[in-house]
Amino acid sequence: MSEVITKPNIVSAPDGHQQPGFFATSLEKAVGLARKNSIWPLPFATSCCGIEFMALMASHYDLGRFGSERLSFSPRQADLLMVMGTIAKKMGPIVRQVYEQMAEPKWVLSMGACASSGGIFDTYSVLQGIDKIIPVDVYVPGCPPRPEQVIDGIMLIQDMVGKEHFRRRQSPEYKDLMTKYGMENQEK
Amino acid sequence: MTENILLNTVDEKLKAKFGDAIISSEQSYDFPVFVIKREKIFDVVKFLKEDSELAFEFLTTLCGLHYPDNKGQELGVMYQLHNLPKNWRIRLKIFFPINDPEVPTLTSLFSSANWQERQEYDFYGIIFKGHPDLKRILNMDEMNYHPMRKEYALEDGTRTDKDDSMFGR
Repeated sequence: MSEVITKPNIVSAPDGHQQPGFFATSLEKAVGLARKNSIWPLPFATSCCGIEFMALMASHYDLGRFGSERLSFSPRQADLLMVMGTIAKKMGPIVRQVYEQMAEPKWVLSMGACASSGGIFDTYSVLQGIDKIIPVDVYVPGCPPRPEQVIDGIMLIQDMVGKEHFRRRQSPEYKDLMTKYGMENQEK
Repeated sequence: MTENILLNTVDEKLKAKFGDAIISSEQSYDFPVFVIKREKIFDVVKFLKEDSELAFEFLTTLCGLHYPDNKGQELGVMYQLHNLPKNWRIRLKIFFPINDPEVPTLTSLFSSANWQERQEYDFYGIIFKGHPDLKRILNMDEMNYHPMRKEYALEDGTRTDKDDSMFGR
């Protein structure tokens, strides 16, 4: 008989020094821990990957277990842009606008073959991968990917979020990346 | 055969009314097909719609055609009309040169022709004269060509993950 879980799993504390009465760690680790376990995704679903995403959010797979219970339909409050489905060239400027409206720090997950590379739509009207217009952190392959694969992608994002250096968004590399995409770095 | 009765009925009525504006008429599988002179297409469709016996009151679809080897007749438009009570369906075609792609609009007869004609303008560059709002409908406004014309490749030139030798490009 399987063990009955009476207490929910909670994330363990980061590395630090612990003695009776205090716990010392770096601020970066504490903030990273908080951020990675409360990612608010913005679903940009245009086709069948969006249907898989519904399964991902529903009770069976339940992305809420990873701290992403709350979807943000406003880009200004979202941490993670999830692009799921074929992006036509006509839709491209809208994806870019949504990305630009998100506040730093922000991450992008590209779900499925179409969003990642154009997929089967090697045609004049379809954007051949969203990384032509916005930077992408994690690509999830599949047509469409199973919810387990997307969970794996989300866990990779969580890892990146948890380990992200405080000053990464001010770094010259990040500024170069933004310049490459013709965007201004919002962080001063 | 009922289809041939339909072909003959429509053919007789059109020839009596428009004479040599009807270039050809034939039965293509289950559809009577009429090739019409471009200038007369509006009058023909108007007659087919308003004639009490024929009463083709529904424009099922219209679409552009491009046959690059048909010199002087490269572009075309195909119209499908439907008489709903009798379930009669016919097909009309017009052909014209690619450097003079002007066609009368049907928007005053069928409101549904508005978006369909915009689509054919978008994909084939066919100019529907008299259309109230002839602009692109599906492709992005910045597009500077008409992609369904045969001289343009279907594939996107910016694709990077395909090895051309393996995909026959």
